[in-house]
Amino acid sequence: MSIPTTASGNRGLQLEQKLIFEQDTAGMTAVDLPTVPKVTSRLGDMENKQAVGLPGLSEPDVVRHYTRLSQKNYSIDSGFYPLGSCTMKHNPRLNEKMARLPGFADIHPFQPLSTVQGALELIDTCAHWLKTLTGMSAVAMSPAAGAHGELCGLMCIKSAHEANGQGHRKIVLVPESAHGTNPATAALCGYAVEAIPANAEGRVDVAALKQHLRPEIAAVMITNPNTCGLFERDCIAIAEAVHAAGAYFYMDGANYNAIVARLRIADLGVDAMHINLHKTFSTPHGGGGPGAGPTVLSEKLAPFAPVPMVIKAGKGFDAEEIAGHGAAKQSYGRMKGYHGQFGVFVRAVSYMMAMGVDGLRQASGDAVLNANYLLARLSEEMTPAFEGPCMHEAVFDDRFLRGTNVTTLDIAKALIDEGVHPPTMYFPLVVHGALLMEPTETESKATLDQFIVSMLHLARKAKSGTADAEFKAAPLLAPRRRLDETKAARKPILRWLPDPADNGQSNGQSSGQSNGQNKGAQQAAE
Amino acid sequence: MRYLPLNDTQRKEMLGAIGAASVDELFRDLPKAALATARFDLPKTASEIEVERTLSAMAGKNLNCGQGPSFLGAGNYRHHTPASMDYIIQRGEFLTAYTPYQPEISQGTLQAIFEFQTQVSLITGMEIANASMYDGATACAEAVAMAARVTKRNAALVSGNVHPHYRDVTETTMKFLDVKVDCLAPDPYGMEDLIGRITPELACVVVQTPGFFGHLKNYAALAEACHKAGALLVVAVTEPVSLGLVTPPGHIGADIVVGEGQSLAGPMSFGGPGVGLFATREKYLRQMPGRLCGETTDEDGRRGWVLTLSTREQHIRREKATSNICTNSGLIALAFSIHMTLLGEKGFTSLAQSNHAMAVTLAEKIEKLPGVKLLPSAFFNEFAVMLPKPAAPVVEELAKRKILGGVPASRFYPTYPELANLLLLTATETNTTGDIDALVAALKEVL
Amino acid sequence: MSDMRFTKDHEWIKIEGKIGTVGITQFAQGQLGDIVFVEVPAAGKQVKAGGEAAVVESVKAASEVYSPVSGTVKEGNAGLPDAPETVNSDPEGAGWFFKIELADPKELDQLMDKAAYEKFVAEQNH
Repeated sequence: MSIPTTASGNRGLQLEQKLIFEQDTAGMTAVDLPTVPKVTSRLGDMENKQAVGLPGLSEPDVVRHYTRLSQKNYSIDSGFYPLGSCTMKHNPRLNEKMARLPGFADIHPFQPLSTVQGALELIDTCAHWLKTLTGMSAVAMSPAAGAHGELCGLMCIKSAHEANGQGHRKIVLVPESAHGTNPATAALCGYAVEAIPANAEGRVDVAALKQHLRPEIAAVMITNPNTCGLFERDCIAIAEAVHAAGAYFYMDGANYNAIVARLRIADLGVDAMHINLHKTFSTPHGGGGPGAGPTVLSEKLAPFAPVPMVIKAGKGFDAEEIAGHGAAKQSYGRMKGYHGQFGVFVRAVSYMMAMGVDGLRQASGDAVLNANYLLARLSEEMTPAFEGPCMHEAVFDDRFLRGTNVTTLDIAKALIDEGVHPPTMYFPLVVHGALLMEPTETESKATLDQFIVSMLHLARKAKSGTADAEFKAAPLLAPRRRLDETKAARKPILRWLPDPADNGQSNGQSSGQSNGQNKGAQQAAE
Repeated sequence: MRYLPLNDTQRKEMLGAIGAASVDELFRDLPKAALATARFDLPKTASEIEVERTLSAMAGKNLNCGQGPSFLGAGNYRHHTPASMDYIIQRGEFLTAYTPYQPEISQGTLQAIFEFQTQVSLITGMEIANASMYDGATACAEAVAMAARVTKRNAALVSGNVHPHYRDVTETTMKFLDVKVDCLAPDPYGMEDLIGRITPELACVVVQTPGFFGHLKNYAALAEACHKAGALLVVAVTEPVSLGLVTPPGHIGADIVVGEGQSLAGPMSFGGPGVGLFATREKYLRQMPGRLCGETTDEDGRRGWVLTLSTREQHIRREKATSNICTNSGLIALAFSIHMTLLGEKGFTSLAQSNHAMAVTLAEKIEKLPGVKLLPSAFFNEFAVMLPKPAAPVVEELAKRKILGGVPASRFYPTYPELANLLLLTATETNTTGDIDALVAALKEVL
Repeated sequence: MSDMRFTKDHEWIKIEGKIGTVGITQFAQGQLGDIVFVEVPAAGKQVKAGGEAAVVESVKAASEVYSPVSGTVKEGNAGLPDAPETVNSDPEGAGWFFKIELADPKELDQLMDKAAYEKFVAEQNH
């Protein structure tokens, strides 16, 4: 029996949901406020006489709205999320509970420092863990995310060069396999970028790198483990060559979770590295942030770190908040308001304390074990891009699809119907038709085995050549089928607008063009 | 360890499938020299009870704003958070999802972003808004960088009424891009002349409303002067609740509006994470940084949403991207959006009115204190007052009485002795008239 | 047509007198996929051979269009920004980007003719 068309457009638990702007009940609000004293306005000539245009909804309607929206999302709480280079691991709810303690949540960044000693201690504790795990001498806590941490590292490097009379160094070397943020960050720092090729093993071509090193080079940015899921074996030799050329070694720590509590990156000769707390230390991704990207620094770069800095002072803590003063005399400035992503630090510390250094080492071990298990088992039908062992992620190319009409994208979309979030597709760019899988330490063997069954089934089905139409049509079982990205980009609709013909009624322009097949059904239901 | 599901039998089985003798063997590419020196003097795994105990003790060392009357602002505001908002953002489908790169299974996040973009456009009075930035200060820096791209000019003028952190982040960021930023001295009396300083080289002028010292100013003439000179007007809003009552920047001619959404998005959390708001005119769409969500249809013709115009972003443009930003502040943007939805037109206006009413009540009592002078003539929920003595020790004294009595300007401007007596005071809907009376009584003792 | 020349960046230029018409090739549009945005230069803009002259974006890629020759832009294709899909449907005809007055017709000698370009593309495809 085929799936019936419903009058509502709903499909069982999958409920269609209009925009909030299409649910307006005039004068409704879900927030009642206490009465306040009557006063004479002191707004001067800036009092707004026009309506803002926000819709009114009651509390039950709002809760239902967002509950229904949430049910259209895949998440790490719902299932396997092997999105390579993104590290989708379990987010313990203890972290959330700790971040909501009033002593952490209900404090203001500009209270007298004497009243926030516990908050400064929390930041110092997070810094202590990061410095001890990496062996680095300092950490700038304020960067808001990984890319922001990269910027912090390069700004320190540029400041150090300028302070040392090396301001003529204007070029940053970046491997071609690097994530796009690396060249974008270098450009934001005013640097030109030169790409270094990878060798056939998927690692930096050290000979080519050495050829590029010259007095104009300010820094080399290398992701390690790299975007192909491999450890850069020649890392120490690279660092030595970079230092001999008078440049600094920036290590992109996006994949630090693979090596945490196994080695100290200071021992690799690293000058700066950002750490994504939302990857390695389990703080939630939240559908796209907020993250945090504290950046550890070598002794040479530490003096240039941005403010604010937490400083031990006697039995308590002090904070230097202004660049050019006190401990921040050589600081290059400020890159984020207030004290950084404090709420994220609380969550990360909660995780660090729960895991302990032994737990962290076990986690990197299990993450690497899980990735190698996928690499080994999936090689039965798929084509690994590089020889193992891999680190925390396994990358496959699309040679196994050669001669079929099925693409990497089709495989990814078919995985959605299998109930799995697709791996990262077409990245790294140096791997043709890449599927980059990062299982993380969160997954049980049973979950991996189920995924392997699905993946091998799809690979065989693709090779059989009998299911091309099904692949092209996938996903068929998700809340939406493939969406028209070309249409979205050619005539961008980026907000809801009231329909001018609609006299302010709630059926907006946005909905007017929508719900193609359901519109008639909806009217019938009304 | 409770977060790790594998047991040793399974690990052994998996190693067998891989053909490796041990997990350590999988790490064989790591340099031996570095493995040999790896020592980590850190605590071992701890139970949930132990972690709670340690962190609760640490949190307990802070005086939180719920323990007494608090009047703190300066860019970070204490507002009531509806219980349903905090419940919704803790739903795992929102909390533990990644950036919505697979739209078929991310429609929840995407529709919420589309609604957020619309709400931000509406309250700022602008045509379009992005899916959010890190925070208000970084959004401000991005706005100046964008203005430089749009105008192809390399200089910016920043008002002395702009939050010092916004100013510092902008100055720091632009220094590396060789954009010259002229930051005017702090302007507590709201007297500075911006129009007279406009030159043909300027990419933009940056102002804040309500200003850092509380002034509510009409910048319509400034906008006009900027446009005449081919420059953009960037307006920062650190307290978006004000937009429920105050003319939005878009209506007075702003080209880019940036802001901090924290005030509507949940706890202050010592200042982070926040959520950067970023809105502009449609004609600058291609130059706008940050992620965007757009409407489209799926193969069955059903309405849906996708991330769009991503060719502006770093993963495609690399060194030519509009920004290196890779994430937004998704969950905090969601919290902001949920709160706005709960409020609606009526609630948003009432919330703004409540804030203004409490601030006026506070102002009326404060300005009667001997030797105290209230600086702004027009304000929303925050204002600067000049005290008869240095503000920082006064605030310390108040804290001893468990009153968080404002932010001394010297915290930001230690090298300006003329600002030593300046105090920033804020009142919101979380304050009662009892709180205000307690502050006034304490000030009478301390001053 | 023998008056059409090609660059290694997959632009074409067609010469009529002193004026050249510039666009991207059939091969280039195929590589980019659905074109969603085009920016063409304004008349009067001075460009150098190999310099950035226009922008073309698809859903998944963004690229500069480089001028095959030096000279002064006479006209951008005004209809293109509103109908970027023309670059997909007719890249070497109605989907042209701009017309340019050549500063130095000798520069054309550096460019490939159709046969050489076809060979170049065939090699790229390996």
